[in-house]
Amino acid sequence: MSTPSPNGWGYLGEGYTLRSWLTTHDHKRIAILYMVAITAFFFLGGAAAALMRLELATPAGDVVSATTYNKLFTIHGVIMVWFFLIPSIPSVLGNFLVPLMIGARDMAFPRLNLASWYFYVVGGLFTLGALVAGGVDTGWTFYTPYSTRFSDTNVLLVLVGVFIVGFSSILTGLNIVVTVHKLRAPGLTWFRLPLFIWANYATSLILLLATPVLAMTLTLVALERLFKVGIFDPALGGDPLLFQHLFWFYSHPAVYIMILPAMGVASEIIPCFARRTVFGYRFMAYAILGIASIGFLVWGHHMFVSGQSMYAGMVFSLLSFLVAIPSAIKVFNWTATLYKGSIYFSAPMLYALGFVGLFTIGGLTGLFLASLALDVHLTDTYFVIAHFHYIMVGGSVMAYLGAIHFWWPKISGRMYPETMGRIAALTIFFGFNLTFFPQYLLGWLGMPRRYHEYPPELQVLNLFSSAGAAVLAIGYLLPLLYLGWSLFFGRRAPDNPWQATGLEWQTSSPPPQHNFEQQPRVERGPYDYQPVR
Amino acid sequence: MTWLPVAASDMAERVDLLFYSLLVLTGLVALGIFVLMVFFGVRYRAGSSADRSNPPAQKKWLELGWIFTPLAIFIGIFIWAAFVYAGFYRGGVDDAMTVFVVGKQWMWKAEHANGRREIDELHLPVGQPVRVVLSTEDVIHSFYIPAFRIKQDAVPGRYTTIRFTPTRQGEYWLHCAEYCGTDHARMGGRVVVMAPDAFAQWLERGNQNPSLAARGFELFRQLGCSGCHVNSTVHAPDLAGVYGRVVHLSDGRTVVADEAYLRDSILLPKRDVVAGYEPIMPSFQGQVDEGQLSALITYLKENK
Repeated sequence: MSTPSPNGWGYLGEGYTLRSWLTTHDHKRIAILYMVAITAFFFLGGAAAALMRLELATPAGDVVSATTYNKLFTIHGVIMVWFFLIPSIPSVLGNFLVPLMIGARDMAFPRLNLASWYFYVVGGLFTLGALVAGGVDTGWTFYTPYSTRFSDTNVLLVLVGVFIVGFSSILTGLNIVVTVHKLRAPGLTWFRLPLFIWANYATSLILLLATPVLAMTLTLVALERLFKVGIFDPALGGDPLLFQHLFWFYSHPAVYIMILPAMGVASEIIPCFARRTVFGYRFMAYAILGIASIGFLVWGHHMFVSGQSMYAGMVFSLLSFLVAIPSAIKVFNWTATLYKGSIYFSAPMLYALGFVGLFTIGGLTGLFLASLALDVHLTDTYFVIAHFHYIMVGGSVMAYLGAIHFWWPKISGRMYPETMGRIAALTIFFGFNLTFFPQYLLGWLGMPRRYHEYPPELQVLNLFSSAGAAVLAIGYLLPLLYLGWSLFFGRRAPDNPWQATGLEWQTSSPPPQHNFEQQPRVERGPYDYQPVR
Repeated sequence: MTWLPVAASDMAERVDLLFYSLLVLTGLVALGIFVLMVFFGVRYRAGSSADRSNPPAQKKWLELGWIFTPLAIFIGIFIWAAFVYAGFYRGGVDDAMTVFVVGKQWMWKAEHANGRREIDELHLPVGQPVRVVLSTEDVIHSFYIPAFRIKQDAVPGRYTTIRFTPTRQGEYWLHCAEYCGTDHARMGGRVVVMAPDAFAQWLERGNQNPSLAARGFELFRQLGCSGCHVNSTVHAPDLAGVYGRVVHLSDGRTVVADEAYLRDSILLPKRDVVAGYEPIMPSFQGQVDEGQLSALITYLKENK
């Protein structure tokens, strides 16, 4: 155990002024800055979703106008993808934990780290500016030629916002890659790395390689919209399918940006609360790399009915089945990790097990969409909506919340209320399924997405979904309240409340500014848990 | 309240068999995983007296087993699904009835070969193979008939096609599935599948328009196509019977002269120049609209 910092509050006690926060180079404080910002955006994006579910409670478009509804799903998508999901685990928990888990004093580039947060904020301001100026109605996908010639909303402002926030992704990715390569503690070889590090490392490679493609694509959209440069619009000599190829070349790997870190989180929590090593560590690490690499080759499965060649569709379909294999490996290994464990159902474990279950359903329904002939019927329906929400909300958000609870003692120096944590995890699990499972059935019945009106015979299922959204909203508000409460009234956290093995638990809670009083040395692999009765 | 979608086309039956097979398969996998999670969760809950000696850290045969078993199954599903998918696009062009459908913010306009037009409705005879040739006047739309399990984007600047055979009389939803702006949710209407004789009557009833081919012939002369392509001193390919033929291009490629090729030849004549001819044809981009294009192409199809 390291000696606690002088005032007992570690990095949190290093300064209380706003200036001390906004000019910090400490990766842990930057993580907090990100946490505050993405939480605000999460509830903003969630509010848009709540209004959409309210509208969809009845078949007629009555609560909001068609125009407003289109702006709601656009802002919901833009905020949740770029301002919540992508930065969620890498920028908050990756920032906080990567140096701690590998025994480093800070990230490799602390100033770039702070700069990445400012890019995020400036990008966010542009996007909020577009909202204030009247919103945007292209969908988060910006399909051309609608976005370049037909939409008369604030497309450019949002393009600029997303372009800028991309630099935040690139800088965070660069920082994590270099930090993992150069700053590992003595003895911490690649195959002694926690899987959370593997996952964030692979994610960072995707951030570095894919985000520039998005930046270029959005620039081309802006050029066409502003100066009538013919790139995507056939009326100007362009090709609208080119846009879709470029967009999904980023946006499909972006799905893995969202899910890989979540897998890393599950791989930390499950061994800890099963009190045994993760099953198949090397296969888990290779699966992460496999997903990250094959994930770059499947973008065309978003385009099976787009007019791309039938044979291209077949290649992308086959590759999409291949990318499901490493995901399957991970699910099997998490399940096997429970075998002969000693399982404690604490709140983080409930979130992690919920993650595995929901990710399994999301992954298996992905097989339906990878199957060419089924995708023809299911694409652009609520089946797709349900599928990717099972991955991104059931998967990523569940894991993010699990991680926040698991590392809350380390981050805040306080314990969260355990019973409330469990109640919230179960509420979210129930609310989530009630919201999104009916959407699979709606999609199979043929309800297209992005509809603010729908055939009346689909109302019952839509009502279930809207009711689930209300439960889910309560589930998400609960942690905001009791975690906020615990900041002031929670029990002081010991250094290692879960008896976990990671390096981050060997320093004080919260850690001192430079993380460790002495340079830690690593002599064994991660997850060296002993089974207990 | 319906819980299962109606299956009203040949493709719907094939897609549904695949869907329900995959549902059983993935359902069993999911059930297996959940049962194991619950079983382990109960048996190895903290404090239970279960045997925990020598927990395995890795089992290579198990890992390889759950890599290669799914792989084999996935390849099987892939082949099955790809085979059914090809059915949407392949097949003879001669036996199918062609309908031209144009998307426009926010309506579907259909035109039958005899000139009968309809908006936000599509009448079809039961049992007759149909090819829908899609285009759009503005943004991307997607032609979606859930009961037929068919969906195809209409893409600006090109034709896309999809084929199917309606197998059940009745009325079904027609939607736009690709977001296309304000009234996207209201773009659509119904598909009416009728008995063949009732359809023939419907087709003739109240139709004031000349057939597509007749309008095409008229345009073929008005626009001056016949000036070069029919008995002329200008060196231009003879177009009689061109539809469905294999065409050799000057750059060595060969293409089948389908609707998409004929469309490109009219609008972008420099793109696919026929071998042995000079690229002297002017583009008709901006001079013919979607309705005139489908008329011209139908004329060329029937001019054997």
